[in-house]
Amino acid sequence: METEAAPNDAPPPPTLEHHGASKGPKQIGDRIFLGLSRGSGITLLVIMAAIAGFLSYRAALAISKDETNFLTTFEWNPQGDPSSFGIAVLVYGTIVSSIIAMVIAVPIAIGIALFISHFAPRRLASPIAYLVDLLAAVPSIIYGLWGAVFLVPYLDGLNKWLNEYFAWTYIFEKTNEGIARNLFTVGILLAIMILPIITNVIREVFLQSPKMHEEAALALGATRWEVIRMSVIPFGRSGIISASMLGLGRALGETMAVAVVLSPSFLLDFHILDAGGGTFAQNIAAKFNEANEFGRDALIASGLVLFIITLLVNGAARAIIARRKEYSGANA
Amino acid sequence: MAKRIDVSGLTAFYGNHRAIDDISMTVEPRSVTAFIGPSGCGKSTFLRTLNRMHEVTPGGRVEGKVLLDDENLYGANVDPVAVRRTVGMVFQRPNPFPTMSIFDNVAAGLRLNGKYRKNELAHVVEKSLKGANLWNEVKDRLNKPGSGLSGGQQQRLCIARAIAVEPDVLLMDEPCSALDPISTLAIEDLIGELKERFTIVIVTHNMQQAARVSDRTAFFNLSAVGQPGKLIEIDETERIFANPSVQATEDYISGRFG
Amino acid sequence: MSHTLQDKRPAVADDPQGSLSHARMPRWAPLAIAAGSAVLGCLIGLVAGLDSKIQWGLLAALIFIAGTYLITAKVEGPRQAKNQVATSLVWVCFLVAVVPLLSLAWTTVSKGAGVVDGYFLSHSMSGLLDTDEGGGIYHALLGTIEQVAIATLIATPIGLLTAVYLVEYGRGRLSRAVTFFVDVMTGIPSIVAGLFILSTWIVMLDFGFSGFAGALALAILMMPVIVRSTEEMLKLVPNELREASLALGVPQWRTILKVVLPTAIGGITTGVMLAVARITGETAPVLLLVFGTKLINSNPFEGAQSSLPLYVFEQYSVGTDAAVDRAWGAALVLIAFVMLLNLVARGIARWKAPKTGR
Repeated sequence: METEAAPNDAPPPPTLEHHGASKGPKQIGDRIFLGLSRGSGITLLVIMAAIAGFLSYRAALAISKDETNFLTTFEWNPQGDPSSFGIAVLVYGTIVSSIIAMVIAVPIAIGIALFISHFAPRRLASPIAYLVDLLAAVPSIIYGLWGAVFLVPYLDGLNKWLNEYFAWTYIFEKTNEGIARNLFTVGILLAIMILPIITNVIREVFLQSPKMHEEAALALGATRWEVIRMSVIPFGRSGIISASMLGLGRALGETMAVAVVLSPSFLLDFHILDAGGGTFAQNIAAKFNEANEFGRDALIASGLVLFIITLLVNGAARAIIARRKEYSGANA
Repeated sequence: MAKRIDVSGLTAFYGNHRAIDDISMTVEPRSVTAFIGPSGCGKSTFLRTLNRMHEVTPGGRVEGKVLLDDENLYGANVDPVAVRRTVGMVFQRPNPFPTMSIFDNVAAGLRLNGKYRKNELAHVVEKSLKGANLWNEVKDRLNKPGSGLSGGQQQRLCIARAIAVEPDVLLMDEPCSALDPISTLAIEDLIGELKERFTIVIVTHNMQQAARVSDRTAFFNLSAVGQPGKLIEIDETERIFANPSVQATEDYISGRFG
Repeated sequence: MSHTLQDKRPAVADDPQGSLSHARMPRWAPLAIAAGSAVLGCLIGLVAGLDSKIQWGLLAALIFIAGTYLITAKVEGPRQAKNQVATSLVWVCFLVAVVPLLSLAWTTVSKGAGVVDGYFLSHSMSGLLDTDEGGGIYHALLGTIEQVAIATLIATPIGLLTAVYLVEYGRGRLSRAVTFFVDVMTGIPSIVAGLFILSTWIVMLDFGFSGFAGALALAILMMPVIVRSTEEMLKLVPNELREASLALGVPQWRTILKVVLPTAIGGITTGVMLAVARITGETAPVLLLVFGTKLINSNPFEGAQSSLPLYVFEQYSVGTDAAVDRAWGAALVLIAFVMLLNLVARGIARWKAPKTGR
């Protein structure tokens, strides 16, 4: 029967349109209600189309007046003469800070999810899960405030230490004197922010891992870790990937936390401990106040790029989930 | 090397609920012992105490002794992981690891227990699949996922996986209840062959099956719902089915309840 | 047969028992190793004169993991050692994550608690320089409540009806397209939603900054969240209920209104409240569209307003002690508001949970 509570994998419950049809012509109430709900769906589509359309239109206006290459310019001066702005630094900053965030957050999120689903004493597990749920709801501006006031001074020491011992790696070499308002700190802060979100999704997946495969591993004489390696992780692999993508989407588009912590500069600097850098969202928030109409269009152009990047990331996540559905469906 | 199991005074709990109460019995090596009884009588729970799988269930707890030859499974320094390695188990629903190939499924237990050379591993896998009467059906597609097999083949794959590590005892928890009659027959034939090498304990809902495959049969019952399950009697299968010594056994076998 | 067992599992020589048992670590061993490595880490840190506490922590963690592995491998064997290390790592992950999150909660509460009082809640920044002391968040609170209320009023009906369409009527291309774009919409960064309203409402239609413009952007962020959660809830309503009602000759729209929606109302309410909680903390679109002011502006349709998250950002940017204190105060109020919404929403979910279990 399809009427069971449907986990995501189950097909949606069959609709009941045929019942209405069997009773002859539809009532006027039915028609109005259908019209309303279909209208809402269409409204959503229109909004999406409008977002894509308007952003592209304004962006095209801006880019056509850009005297330099929009993709490779290390400068943001749309109101200058000649107008010159490009997203190279923003692409770099956004990607680097997000990568740092992912490298830190994903393994820890897997650890916490395993802790909740398989290691924690049962009495501890559900309050912790609840707490993680709540933490996922903390507004990003508060993470930003905490990051700027508390994390930045705290990470100064770590920065010095990394610079002292790992300067030979080049990326950890610190070449300017600024405090830790750099991409590295932003990455750590983003990691802390997206940790609850990723953890929540992975935990759900791990909790769904089939008991019978875990028991199969146990009955072969596997230790708890071996059970997890043999049955839980393989089962959850695509879930882990899509959860990470979700987190990545959040990290890429995060505005306020980055705007508060980073001291922006338009230099492309591969030393991630150097103060400075920028991300798409941060740049929009920072430059918005001083922008005239054309300056805003330029910012919109950069926003469009961000929009496309997050679309691609989310699309990839969804494709992975969809593939997994097919896969598990075939084996059901 | 098949081993004898001696259970004495075994009681199992789920939290505070007593699931089975004070069970004592002996399971002979190189024989098939069947557990029968109505639903909820604790026969599966009891089976799971024999390889310390019961305590995996949240709240699961065991009192009493289970001697495997002369060693108590619940002794102070006994590692449950080593117990489960020595006492294999086949479950109600076939559960090959979905992400592993047929070969890897059979090799899974071996890989846990140490390093094998490639040809050594291939040899054991082939031997186990032959032992499970599955080799001829899968030898051409060892690298395909195990989940692509039919239900009966999957269950024999699980048996191959269990015997690959050469356990002393093989526990089977209603291994045919999810299978069609022909696959069931194949498994029953296989059980007949496996008892030459292993001590086999099988839980079954199907009394004809117990009569067909087992040498000895134990009947479990519970006095009322919510009461703990008890062992009513254990005897030669022929006697249990022809002339049981307890009235309840006869009532159950002749279909008056359960 | 079982000789392979003994081969592969070298029993400890003086083990009097059989093959199933081996020496095992006492239950307190991980704690002891943890304590030992913490002490060792600090000692090395002190002796070597390392000044950063993070280095001490890193040292202690490394010693802990190596120690766990070596000791367990010696006592119980390499497989158990791996298991023990994995267990320790998972605990470490948990602790590592708890530290910053607790710190965040503690910092906000301790710094905010001294600031929040009746005066703070009931006064605006009117007539004060940013660098002055005093002032409050009344104007921001008012702005947030109005903007969130308007956004909720716009997004909830559209979201609910869309979900009803998808679950109760939806078949064919249109519903697949809607499902797909709801997914896409979920991933829109909040600042992009803000830019969209900016480019249409303010740049093109020339309306000027207002609370309403902010609310429009918030509504865009809110809609997909509501559609998603409502969809999930409607799918949980058993089909038997719908069929029973239809079989009595009740038209479908009344079945939906009188049977389906009331059954799912608990979950739907929870979803809406969680969506409200989420947009309450959104800063970026508000920054672009509401503009911020020090004055009380109770009219969301005209003129700049303020909002709590924006206020936090502005006050932090000012940078003086008094201003940063105000930022913490506003952050505490904001976080309390969001947490309260969350707790109530989850309470409703539990209270109204389907009694049948599945």
